Amino acid sequence: MNQIKNFTKGFLKENPIFVLVLGMCPALGTSSSALNGLGMGLATTFVLVMSNIVISIIARWIPNKVRIPSYIVVIATFVSIVDLLMKAYTNTPGPNGEPSLYDQLGIFIPLIVVNCIVLARAEAFASKNDIISSAIDGLGIGLGFTMALFLLGSIRELLGNMSILNHKFIKDDGILLFVLAPGAFITLGFLIAIMRKITAKIYKNK
Amino acid sequence: MEYIIIIISAVLVNNIVLAKFLGICPFMGVSNKLDTSIGMGIAVIFVMILSTTVTFILHKYVLSPLNLEFLKTISFILVIAALVQTVEIILKKTSPSLYQALGIFLPLITTNCTILGVALLTIQKNYNIAEAVVFSASNGLGFTLALIIFSSIREQIELSDVPETMKGIPIAFVTAGLLAMAFMGFANIVK
Repeated sequence: MNQIKNFTKGFLKENPIFVLVLGMCPALGTSSSALNGLGMGLATTFVLVMSNIVISIIARWIPNKVRIPSYIVVIATFVSIVDLLMKAYTNTPGPNGEPSLYDQLGIFIPLIVVNCIVLARAEAFASKNDIISSAIDGLGIGLGFTMALFLLGSIRELLGNMSILNHKFIKDDGILLFVLAPGAFITLGFLIAIMRKITAKIYKNK
Repeated sequence: MEYIIIIISAVLVNNIVLAKFLGICPFMGVSNKLDTSIGMGIAVIFVMILSTTVTFILHKYVLSPLNLEFLKTISFILVIAALVQTVEIILKKTSPSLYQALGIFLPLITTNCTILGVALLTIQKNYNIAEAVVFSASNGLGFTLALIIFSSIREQIELSDVPETMKGIPIAFVTAGLLAMAFMGFANIVK
């Protein structure tokens, strides 16, 4: 029961994007389409789960003073693994010559290292809990992050390109602004406001 | 001429915050007051130039000749963390007044993605060392410019009547969006 709660808190109650407002750079930078958001979210989830597991194992042997640099080294190791894996498997260009997922995410893959969510979970949760709850926590928070990115990416792709996951619904050009930088900020602002309203209502009824 | 193009491109056209989405956390976090954002901006410029220079040398003379480029994420973040720590200690000893002004911002800067981002972008763009320094300085300047404009606007928003659900972060994001739209006006000035 406890583990279920531990898993689901990442989706609504402690959603990293909508509630904690952490990890904004990848959320804005990689959500120009639903697929990019999904790719970035899953890469971050992998790093979160693996670093949470390793840190929950080794935390008891790390001296308190050097804990943050040690966590960063662990996280950076898994980020390098993700970077190399994505370079190997997601680096094929699309059928119409559009850039590959690896190229589109670009610099944001190595920058998972400085994503505040990963370090925050290591410091606040994994260093104090056992392996299984840390892994579940990482998975929950990671999937909550993925969901938020996918939602943001879908809305931006729908408004900007009239398509979701590259399936075109309406044969028309969208509002290009939503694929560009300003659209990212504005969409996220309204999405956070809507999510706030929804969660406030849910917790009021309880 | 080349340097001027790098500067205009990094400060205005491809602004690191408003067009490249790096450093959003400090951009949202410390932009409540104009004074703190100026301090943060100066600290970022300082650390950015220093760390990009060091990581550039590290990449060119150690990682690249030894074919260890896959280690750049780990080594860069460690170098940056150590560098920020060192700067903090040196400042504390030698210049207490500067430490008073910048001190509280320095620990925050390690996890600021602009620093690592610019270090990685510099490597990607194949700059030489002089261009790398100019590029990092102008990115720091771009960050500071965006931060100062944004915090001035936010001080005004504090006084205005915002709907309850939009208060705080949501209205800040919408404002940043409008600011980004304004910066889009600079597009196509330089390639």
